[in-house]
Amino acid sequence: MYEIAEKKVWSDEVPGVKEFKIKAPLIAEKHQAGQFVILRIDENGERIPLTIAHKDLRNGTINLLFQEVGKTTMDLGRLKKGDSIMDISGPLGTPTHVERYGTVVCIGGGIGVAPLHPIAQAMKGAGNNVISIIGVKTKNILIYEDLMNATSDELLITTDDGSYGHHGFVTDELKSLIDGERKIPIDLVVAIGPPIMMKMVCRVTEPYKIKTVVSLNTIMIDGTGMCGACRVSVDGKTRFVCVDGPEFDGHQVDFDEMMQRQRQYLKEEKIAVETCQRQCSR
Amino acid sequence: MTSPKEEEKKPEKKKRPKIPRQAMPVQDPAVRIRNFNEVPYGYTEESAKLESIRCIQCKKPFCIDACPVRINIPGFIKKINEGDILEAARIIKKDNCLPAICGRVCPQEDQCERVCIVGKKDASVAIGRLERYVADYEAEHGKFEMPEMAPKTGRKVAVVGSGPGGLACAGELIKMGHDVTVFEALHKSGGVLVYGIPEFRLPKAIVQREVDYLAKLGVEFRMNFVVGKIRTVDDLIEKDGYEAVFLANGAGLPVFMNIPGENLNGVYSANEYLTRSNLMKAYKFPDYDTPITRWKNVAVIGGGNVAMDAVRTALRLGADNAYIIYRRSHNEMPARKEEIEHAEEEGIQFRMLTNPIRVLGDKDGWVRAIECIKMELGEPDESGRRRPVPIKGSEFEIEIDAVVMAIGSGSNPLVASSTPGLNVNKWGNIIVDSENTGRSSKKGVFAGGDIVTGAATVILAMGAGRNVAAAINEYLVYKAIGW
Ligand SMILES: Cc1cc2nc3c(=O)[nH]c(=O)nc-3n(C[C@H](O)[C@H](O)[C@H](O)COP(=O)(O)OP(=O)(O)OC[C@H]3O[C@@H](n4cnc5c(N)ncnc54)[C@H](O)[C@@H]3O)c2cc1C
Ligand SMILES: Cc1cc2nc3c(=O)[nH]c(=O)nc-3n(C[C@H](O)[C@H](O)[C@H](O)COP(=O)(O)OP(=O)(O)OC[C@H]3O[C@@H](n4cnc5c(N)ncnc54)[C@H](O)[C@@H]3O)c2cc1C
Ligand code: SF4
Ligand code: FES
Repeated sequence: MYEIAEKKVWSDEVPGVKEFKIKAPLIAEKHQAGQFVILRIDENGERIPLTIAHKDLRNGTINLLFQEVGKTTMDLGRLKKGDSIMDISGPLGTPTHVERYGTVVCIGGGIGVAPLHPIAQAMKGAGNNVISIIGVKTKNILIYEDLMNATSDELLITTDDGSYGHHGFVTDELKSLIDGERKIPIDLVVAIGPPIMMKMVCRVTEPYKIKTVVSLNTIMIDGTGMCGACRVSVDGKTRFVCVDGPEFDGHQVDFDEMMQRQRQYLKEEKIAVETCQRQCSR
Repeated sequence: MTSPKEEEKKPEKKKRPKIPRQAMPVQDPAVRIRNFNEVPYGYTEESAKLESIRCIQCKKPFCIDACPVRINIPGFIKKINEGDILEAARIIKKDNCLPAICGRVCPQEDQCERVCIVGKKDASVAIGRLERYVADYEAEHGKFEMPEMAPKTGRKVAVVGSGPGGLACAGELIKMGHDVTVFEALHKSGGVLVYGIPEFRLPKAIVQREVDYLAKLGVEFRMNFVVGKIRTVDDLIEKDGYEAVFLANGAGLPVFMNIPGENLNGVYSANEYLTRSNLMKAYKFPDYDTPITRWKNVAVIGGGNVAMDAVRTALRLGADNAYIIYRRSHNEMPARKEEIEHAEEEGIQFRMLTNPIRVLGDKDGWVRAIECIKMELGEPDESGRRRPVPIKGSEFEIEIDAVVMAIGSGSNPLVASSTPGLNVNKWGNIIVDSENTGRSSKKGVFAGGDIVTGAATVILAMGAGRNVAAAINEYLVYKAIGW
């Protein structure tokens, strides 16, 4: 059992965005940027992956930030401080490759900012010039602004509706960094967010041959390379996101196939939410 | 070996009444294809007794030689005959700590029952069914008996993986007085017994009973503990004070065919399909949260136990057409005979001498059909089986909406790749000096079960676990084994 030591509600609108601080000293000890956990709320629960957004070695805690997009994340959102999560397995996945590249642009879309944060932190720690771009639909679902500010040399914010920062998409800002007045030489782009955003970012960087790392959120079960549910095509080869990833060279990822595979359980996911709304006791 | 002739004649000499091999009552196929309850009910007291009479108590019992762990088969059968079932259980448990499981899943027709003398003229003694009967009887009627426990040695041993190999090894080591911790990657212990083999073939309560028993003896279980991630083998030894480590992490790596269309929606590895259904209980969705799609037309590729389990799961999830597609012929299918028979009774459609060449999808990326080619048997290959060769121009399509790949299992590299100094062969199997000791190339590290042999059987993994436990004891206590 893993106790929720703190709970923060970032947004109570639909979809809600919430963050837990959880006591898990062994996981915190081993965690490196880019890694995630797989959790199961209770005996009837499914296993879902969430990225470690934060860790506190002294107190032995990890933070998980999630958006309520379906049954399990909604169940999770209903848990309170002091409640427990039955199973947490981690840290899983291959850590981000961190080195001194020069200038690294870290791009986070929506709650993708949470998984991006430890990576930006590590990149900064390795002596890189870190420029971060965060994009959200609208101002009140903006998360981690302060944290990203603290780990970036420069922070750019975009909103789809213009309610805060620049009106537009992260790709607009990226384009203007590369090709605008400043013409900043970029050595690496790290993009985490909705698949379509990552795909668009890769489209922007590809002609300039700027190495672009993306973090994929495929459907997972075990997280140890045992089931193959998380497979994607990278450079024409099948790879397992849970062990070979979650980060890959974005220019080699078959995003369309990945997005198609994410839709595999849409029908069942809807049933799960509906059944739950009718009779949710948990 | 001595000639079995004299024994063969015995039954006639004694003029025993000829008793047929006792059938095991099973759930009606029409009913069972719509539920996940166990298929056979097991012997009654009466049929077990009758079956026990069929054993002629050979002086030189071949069955024992053919049993991978050398259970005293005539010995326990005699006790059934005498009505002392608990004593029969004790005899079995001397060599097999998981009889309720092995009685259900061992390929007896390739082991003890293959050589049983009675089988030369008649059907062999139903050793597996008797083993199951004894184990189930003991579970129901036996009282918990604390086995003989050696005084505590204060030595710590880590067991990685809670499949039959890990459980067997942990059980032996705890009795030898060591402190044992089992580290398991998943949230439930049992390995393939809980994530792979379905409820209708091996009820999960039986596996849980064995795990609970070990916990009662003092074995500590740590779930959600992926060795290589949260802790490496070196951490366990250097930081956590484990003096020996037993790696029993199994053969958990799905194998795909590398044919076009394998990443379409509706193509699963058997591991995914079965893990969803068994470990995550997706067959009870939406009561359980993990989804599984209830496809109407499902093709399972392969002819082993894994394939049978997957195809029969598909049927129980509501498939109208559930196919086995296998590139050799019926006789070469490696699955247990009983499972093939049950699958046939349930209406599984077997497409033998057929090999898939690609999976075809619709415009949205969902499986629509599978294209196959007919095969014929050519010259025998290294394994002695006749090699299937494709018949030119015989391609055809089967319309389906899902495909499950059950063509084997590789070894998962997670542990080995995070353990410097641990040697593996080209398939990723850990190299050990002998299967009796399980000693790997790394000091203090032993290995056994599927991770050493490649995907094999429950009884072999269990046997390896017990052998290695003895070797670890030698290493820790007597220093008779070293590096
Ligand atoms: C490596 C990794 C890290 C992730 N990190 C975060 C994070 O930090 N914060 C966050 O909010 N989300 C994260 N996700 C996504 C998160 O796992 C899904 O949102 C969650 O599983 C949805 O479950 P649900 O039951 O609430 O919704 P569902 O209704 O089940 O699904 C909604 C959508 O989520 C995806 N999904 C469903 N099941 C799974 C599954 N078992 N594994 C992965 N995706 C699934 C599907 O695309 C689906 O259409 C991560 C995913 C991966 C693979
Ligand atoms: C569907 C199916 C049906 C089968 N049917 C039969 C049958 O009828 N009869 C028969 O005899 N055999 C059968 N087998 C084969 C048999 O189940 C295996 O040979 C046997 O379970 C191997 O035991 P093991 O202990 O070596 O490994 P496993 O049972 O595979 O257990 C290994 C355990 O280690 C865990 N693990 C892996 N990596 C790590 C890690 N890094 N850290 C911690 N834990 C880890 C796994 O999660 C797993 O729980 C079947 C197999 C399958 C898949
Ligand atoms: S089971 Fe068969 S081989 Fe074994 S002792 Fe009895 S008759 Fe002989
Ligand atoms: S989640 Fe099962 S292999 Fe990646």
